[in-house]
Amino acid sequence: MAEFKEISPDAPVGAKLLNWVDNRFPASKLYNEHVGEYYAPKNFNFWYVFGSLALLILVIQIVTGIFLTMNYKPDAALAFGSVEYIMRDVPWGWLIRYMHSTGASAFFIVVYLHMFRGLMYGSYRKPRELIWIFGCAIFLALMAEAFMGYLLPWGQMSYWGAQVIVNLFSAIPFIGPDLALLIRGDFVVGDATLNRFFAFHVIAVPLVLLGLVVAHLIALHEVGSNNPDGVEIKAHKDAKGNPLDGIPFHPYYTVHDIFAVSVFLMIFTAVIFFAPEAGGYFLEYNNFIPADSLKTPLHIAPVWYFTPFYSMLRAITGEMMYALVACVAAAAAFTVLKGRVAALLKGAIALAALLLIAAMMVTDAKFWGVVAMGGAVVILFFLPWLDNSEVKSIRYRPDWHKYLYAIFVINFIVLGYLGIKPPSPVNERVSQIGTLFYFGFFLLMPWWSRLGTFKPVPDRVTFAAH
Amino acid sequence: MNKFKHLALGLLASLLLVTGAHANTVGIAWDKAPDKTNDLGALQNGSKIFVNYCLNCHAAAFMRYNRLTDIGLTEQQIKDNLLFATDKVGETMKIAMSPKQGKDWFGGNPPDLTVIARSRAGAQGSGSDYLYTYMRTFYRDETKATGWNNLAFPGVAMPHVLWEMQGVREPQYETHSSHEHEVQVFKGWKQVSPGTMTPIQYDQSMADLVGYLQWMGEPAQNTRVRVGVWVLLFLCMFTFVAWRLNAAFWKDVK
Repeated sequence: MAEFKEISPDAPVGAKLLNWVDNRFPASKLYNEHVGEYYAPKNFNFWYVFGSLALLILVIQIVTGIFLTMNYKPDAALAFGSVEYIMRDVPWGWLIRYMHSTGASAFFIVVYLHMFRGLMYGSYRKPRELIWIFGCAIFLALMAEAFMGYLLPWGQMSYWGAQVIVNLFSAIPFIGPDLALLIRGDFVVGDATLNRFFAFHVIAVPLVLLGLVVAHLIALHEVGSNNPDGVEIKAHKDAKGNPLDGIPFHPYYTVHDIFAVSVFLMIFTAVIFFAPEAGGYFLEYNNFIPADSLKTPLHIAPVWYFTPFYSMLRAITGEMMYALVACVAAAAAFTVLKGRVAALLKGAIALAALLLIAAMMVTDAKFWGVVAMGGAVVILFFLPWLDNSEVKSIRYRPDWHKYLYAIFVINFIVLGYLGIKPPSPVNERVSQIGTLFYFGFFLLMPWWSRLGTFKPVPDRVTFAAH
Repeated sequence: MNKFKHLALGLLASLLLVTGAHANTVGIAWDKAPDKTNDLGALQNGSKIFVNYCLNCHAAAFMRYNRLTDIGLTEQQIKDNLLFATDKVGETMKIAMSPKQGKDWFGGNPPDLTVIARSRAGAQGSGSDYLYTYMRTFYRDETKATGWNNLAFPGVAMPHVLWEMQGVREPQYETHSSHEHEVQVFKGWKQVSPGTMTPIQYDQSMADLVGYLQWMGEPAQNTRVRVGVWVLLFLCMFTFVAWRLNAAFWKDVK
């Protein structure tokens, strides 16, 4: 508890007012801790702008969302028309709507880049595990938010996309069908579904999202930012106790971020004003046809930001199950034969593997597709404990680690591309290999991340004056 | 008889091939539609064709008549030429035909056309390209209930409403052998009976109509581009200032 601070009666009015507030609310303290005296490493590069940009987009989505809600009608009979009403009859409604629809895609682009930055520089490693976990939770909430928001225009893709994804839940053994019914509120996607998705989209998930963003930032400002060298700047402090390689967030990173924001806005507004549909990727063409429960589109594809995960879902076919069973069997056999663990534990592992294989043979492949899709996101939460490399940053890892990360990125993009395309035998095989690589990358990380010759990590950050 | 059988088989084979290659695109390649969204005369002509010929079975339930002032028509002109006496100029383009009647008469409810140009885009081209091709590839087909068929939309339920303008045409095919199968490839048209328009006039009218449909899909589209240019010009300057501001702060950081 802070002491009550008296101020000289001759002080300027502004100082008096601030003192009055500070005695009742930690305004100056909060400002200093999070902005004015928050010391960030001075060697941030291009990759460090995406956190601020994500925050900017969150604000854009909330503000435009509020205005959209003023004219949108969450009613199966009126929803499609109300969106067109916004596009035509509401003054500047088209701009608000395009900002919101483009913002959704921009959010994912920025968040994917932000996550990849963390992956490259080991930003999830001790002591930043919770920052990463909050971040992954934000990503999960964002996916829920985007999925439910996509139903609201009530076009064909909205409708059938929701139908396909909600039906996935019915593949879960025992509780599946009831769970799908609970989500839909009806036996098919309908008015009840639209209403509850609207409620989740405009209030429930955004509240969770905001809470998580606050937690993400508090955790970040508690331990301090990582940097491209992956060294701790707190190890070297000046006489005042400030990190020698740190620099106050304001003004240095505020001006930095303003520059980044202006470049981002150029790209963002170029899409909004000149290509709001982005070739059918941000606004799918089929979604300009009102939802029709009797006409299934020939090809149902989720929006681009879900397609890598959708690809992994589709990759798990009956055939693929044999490959997965073989993987589980090989992993169990390896652990039992080579692992340095107690015999009792080995027995338990062998038994667990047998049970898992039995479950995999008995249950429908569709269910394991859902497990793969969910697991692809959930596995990210465990990254801090999967990575065993002796350095944080990719800069000081063996070169082949860099190539592996490059393949990981290419693989993710290929999976995304295949998720957009209609299924074909070749695409299926490629997506199966891609899925195995995706999971192999993470599950084998405890092993491969410690291999190779690491480069010496400098004591202080590397910084070239601008 | 044999020839007919060949043709039918060939068509079927080509249809299957096309279906296999692009699961969601059946029909011939699309022609490029001329861009008319900035040509007010063309848009006005298109709106006239639209209201006179399309707006009897198809509605445009999200489009208001008085929005046509955006393409240079006055409210009086709209009232005099495009509205029934009972309609108000601020109303949307609804029709008297009910969905039930549509189903009974055509086997399906004719789709609303407000955003048709936006919804029909695909890998083969824009929605305008599709509509421009579609409106120009009707042909006589006695096997169909309406007596008409379409190359861009095989098995279409809509009869050729504008046949008096275009006249009656027949598609011409050429036989190619590919993968040891004989396939029929569309080669061109044969005019069976003339219409009230020459083929060039008809194409121009369809370009106007499609231009109108494209504009109606998003009446704000030209405003959008115009505003966008100014926004980007502003952002260019802003980015320059932000760049220099950033450099000014960081120049002393060693």
